[in-house]
Amino acid sequence: MWSYFLRRVAIGIPTLWVIITVCFFLMRLTPGGPFDFDAPVPAEILANLRAQYHLDDPLWRQYLDYLWNLLRGDFGPSFKYRDFTVTTLIAQGFPVSLQNGLSALVLAIVVGVPLGIVAALAQNTRRDYIVSAAAMTGIVIPNFIMGHMLILIFGVWAKDSIFHLPAGGWENGALTHRILPVLCLALPYIAYLVRITRGSMIEAMRANYVRTARAKGLPFRLVVLRHALKSALMPVVTFLGPATAFLLTGSMVVETIFQIPGIGRYFVQGALNRDYTLVMGVTIISAALVIAMNLVVDMLYGLLDPKVRYDGR
Amino acid sequence: MAAMGLLAPNGRATGEVRFAGANLLTARESELNAIRGNTLAMVFQDPMTSLTPHMKVGRQLTEVLQRHRGLGKAAARDQAIAMLRRVQIPEPERRFVMYPHELSGGLRQRVMIAMALLCGPRLIIADEPTTALDVTVQAQILDLIRLARDETGTSIILITHDLGVVAGLADRVAVMYAGRIVETGEVRRIFKTPQHPYTQGLLACTPRLDDAATAALRTIPGQPPNLQRLPPGCAYHPRCPYVMDRCRTNRPALLPAAVGGMKACFLDDLHLKAAS
Ligand code: SF4
Repeated sequence: MWSYFLRRVAIGIPTLWVIITVCFFLMRLTPGGPFDFDAPVPAEILANLRAQYHLDDPLWRQYLDYLWNLLRGDFGPSFKYRDFTVTTLIAQGFPVSLQNGLSALVLAIVVGVPLGIVAALAQNTRRDYIVSAAAMTGIVIPNFIMGHMLILIFGVWAKDSIFHLPAGGWENGALTHRILPVLCLALPYIAYLVRITRGSMIEAMRANYVRTARAKGLPFRLVVLRHALKSALMPVVTFLGPATAFLLTGSMVVETIFQIPGIGRYFVQGALNRDYTLVMGVTIISAALVIAMNLVVDMLYGLLDPKVRYDGR
Repeated sequence: MAAMGLLAPNGRATGEVRFAGANLLTARESELNAIRGNTLAMVFQDPMTSLTPHMKVGRQLTEVLQRHRGLGKAAARDQAIAMLRRVQIPEPERRFVMYPHELSGGLRQRVMIAMALLCGPRLIIADEPTTALDVTVQAQILDLIRLARDETGTSIILITHDLGVVAGLADRVAVMYAGRIVETGEVRRIFKTPQHPYTQGLLACTPRLDDAATAALRTIPGQPPNLQRLPPGCAYHPRCPYVMDRCRTNRPALLPAAVGGMKACFLDDLHLKAAS
């Protein structure tokens, strides 16, 4: 198992390198640059700026420099937030995104999985239809609409009631400022989890071994929890791996709507400003997380299914 | 499946299943659960998929004992291992901690039989217990079932398509067609003087050792019935060589036959004998 783990980590490094390379050159290929100001700027100043950020070096040179700095853990200076390095920006933004993402993840699992099980066990009854329809609604509403709906409901309509919540801002992570963004992040994931759990649970309940378990005279609760649930969780885990990575790296949309200083928002601003290093930094963090979460998922399979072996090829 | 309360949600059963003074078709889930796995046990067709893949074999056995006998972990373990030994599983202690996928099909079916025997059931329903297995393993499993029956005195309802299995194991036979019993009787009688045209047809289909090697396999002409839309009258009439007018409209009741047993057919026995 350990050798498998190490091998996977070893494979992850070249993967990450490919992502970095593609991303680096794609960024440079996009029209415009970090110093396209609205107002005309004297040519000497521009040349100075470009020289200071080594943008006048040949591209391969810039690329190698960037890789070299990365190896030393330095994401380079931000082109837009002049006084900050990308490393500091990420160090500020990432914990915020991480906290929100984790809360949303926990909320999604705690609500979504049980609801999916309930729907599956009540298959084709009214309870099932209500849960499934709600989940479908949650999936089809894009989160930029969902965000504004939440703001409208809790921020505007509920203005004078106890349900009133601030429509945006962060205030150093005050609880009331977290509720709406976390809800907005979690809702689509709750919806997906309900659907996935429901589907896999229905399938698991039809399995022959579940029939055996019932033929043993086990109480229904035990049949579900002990015999059906574990295999039903496989697709859920598969979904949760990448989902976790996306949640933790902050949703660009949600962080923009709710004005949250996480790395998702930095990413949007970085992209708009052609802040090469900032965009690269956030991308690398996200990619590394996706790779890591996929590994975590594969390790979890081993816990759920004894047939999974990590030796051999 | 109906008797065990294990029909698919869209399944329907009519009639009555009486077992130890209760009608299993109308029993509540909790009443069924006290019976299932306890005095009434079941062995399924496909041992490859009938054991829970993510649980060790031993745990799947002990949970039955813990549930119905209220045994503690250690006592349940001892009894389960003893049972594995009784169904002739070599090295039961080692197998006890294995997962189902680490066992062969034959061993898994032995585990299923051990599971059924754990609480000393009065009746075991075995649904095609050998169909999914190799021929040699089939014979071993049948031996084991016979042994279990003789040792414990439990009754066995064996559901099978295999007439050889019937001849080797059964005392009394009920031949079913389209979900209904068409003939019952003592096993020798059924094989010697089948009374129902379907039984006759079935037996005629069995290849015999003295057949020429080139002889074509015989079949019953026509299609098996569509259970959703059974033909009116006798369900067998579209395929029956003796079909009469009233067979098409009336369903024959299961009535005592002259040579013993029961049959559901309008033909009288004499006629049948003459025809065969
Ligand atoms: S009742 Fe009629 S159709 Fe049915 S088996 Fe007897 S003879 Fe054939």
